[in-house]
Amino acid sequence: MIDVSGLRKVYRDRGREVVALGGVDLHVRQGEIFGVLGQSGAGKSTLLRCVNLLERPTAGTVSVAGRELTALGEADLRRARQRIGMIHQHFALLSSRTVAGNVAFPLEVMDVGRAERARRVAELLELVGLAGKAGAYPAQLSGGQKQRVGIARALAGNPSVLLSDEATSALDPGTTQSILALLKNLNRELGLTILLITHEMHVVKGICDSVAVMRDGLIEESGGIAELIARPGSRLAAELFPLPDPEPGSVTVTFTGRADEPVISEVVRKFDVDVSILGGALEEVAGVSAGRLRVRLTGGERAAALDYLTGRGLLVEEAA
Amino acid sequence: MSWDEMSPLLWEATGQTALMVVWSTLFTVLLGLPLGVALILTDRGGLLPSAPVNRVLGLVVNIGRSLPFIVLMIAVIPLTRLIVGTTIGTFAAVVPLTLGAAPFFARLVETALREVGRDTVQAAQAMGAGRWTIIGKVLLPEARSGLVAGLTVTVVALISYSAMAGVIGGGGLGDLAIRYGYQRFETTLMVVTVIVLIVIVQLVQTVGDAVARRLTRR
Ligand SMILES: Nc1ncnc2c1ncn2[C@@H]1O[C@H](COP(=O)(O)OP(=O)(O)O)[C@@H](O)[C@H]1O
Ligand SMILES: [Mg+2]
Repeated sequence: MIDVSGLRKVYRDRGREVVALGGVDLHVRQGEIFGVLGQSGAGKSTLLRCVNLLERPTAGTVSVAGRELTALGEADLRRARQRIGMIHQHFALLSSRTVAGNVAFPLEVMDVGRAERARRVAELLELVGLAGKAGAYPAQLSGGQKQRVGIARALAGNPSVLLSDEATSALDPGTTQSILALLKNLNRELGLTILLITHEMHVVKGICDSVAVMRDGLIEESGGIAELIARPGSRLAAELFPLPDPEPGSVTVTFTGRADEPVISEVVRKFDVDVSILGGALEEVAGVSAGRLRVRLTGGERAAALDYLTGRGLLVEEAA
Repeated sequence: MSWDEMSPLLWEATGQTALMVVWSTLFTVLLGLPLGVALILTDRGGLLPSAPVNRVLGLVVNIGRSLPFIVLMIAVIPLTRLIVGTTIGTFAAVVPLTLGAAPFFARLVETALREVGRDTVQAAQAMGAGRWTIIGKVLLPEARSGLVAGLTVTVVALISYSAMAGVIGGGGLGDLAIRYGYQRFETTLMVVTVIVLIVIVQLVQTVGDAVARRLTRR
């Protein structure tokens, strides 16, 4: 649904060159929620703004819904943007317009007639749970309500894709959860493809199907969440399960979706090893539970025990 | 001077001041608003960035603002003759008043428009809005309370500039104060004239503040 390839963006800042994107490839499938995770300054916003060409890439191509945006002229690009929704960290609402006026704005841009506009606005406000707030001004709303207006506005053009730039970063935890739930809902009900960027793991954990981890303008790893966690040396897993650096000889076992199987006790019985637990974490990600356990295995048939765990589909990493 | 003697003089002068200020305000807005918008558009990171155009516009505005009004008034006499057909009288004063106030107002417009967040403008671009839509439906409406505040300051400045219009026969309250109060030692008339001016300025400022406040939705 979104295909980005070879994307580079170099800013010239007072004679100095800042490489914000150093060659990024990204493939977001139809109907998925794709998260880009990275610290501040990693280049996430630049990437997102290159997707709807708010920022002209220095090199590379961007296609959304089968159209190569980087090849379009200004008028065509404007039309294509009407089918790409975007929501913002600080909402970016028009303070001089009411809630209804804000949602009507993109419809005015699309030259939708007055009656049809009113009908759509009512429908969209209903969809985001703000039917009673049509006449309020943004200044009279809470952060969560403002973001709901932002979402309603972004959906006005029946977009195939929604871009989200840290949409929950300015919200408190409870409100964040309700906005994430709304996004997940829209994704399921409308089949909306969502590309979101965030510096917060819990956003990825909460609603993403796939994720790309970004650092210094490059994507370090990307893929389905469960698949990434099961990959050796995964950065996502390291961030998801914040364990201290492994001591020499310790073994780190990572599992997804099988937290209730008694593998450790099986290993102890079958291979006569002693297991001491050094640390561990359990998380619910992308609807399945995943966990990581740091143990020290001693005695018995240690090597065979590790093979057995690998054979059971667990990721086993041994610290040298 | 008795009140009966002062009254018609005051009414006439107030009428002339009102005439000069109303017309020059109108033309100041017609000239200054597009100029202010152009300054924002052509600025670095604007919707139509152009360093040369921005620099030229900025220079023109700064020259207009640095000329003392009294000098400007004399300097534009040929232009006034071209536009109004005469170089003296109340209408003739509208030309220098406009030229004096428009650059000033343009800067205030620029400042007010700059207050509109980049975020807001980019959100509109992301929705597919074109340049003119953004100017008409985002920049100007979002900045409206700042624009009204700027207009208020400009009108007050015009009232004070218009006091100098006597030099080119424009009449008005300032002229009255100088001719009678200063040159003929009619202290009472001068005091009354000054009071009338103060009341007018207060009125303009109060109305301007009230409108700006009503338009604020923050
Ligand atoms: N308009 C700009 N001019 C110069 N440098 C920029 C600009 N926008 C972003 N950058 C730089 O590009 C890098 C990536 O920024 P950004 O995409 O905003 O990161 P993130 O959203 O991950 O925090 C940063 O080093 C930032 O300073
Ligand atoms: Mg950012």
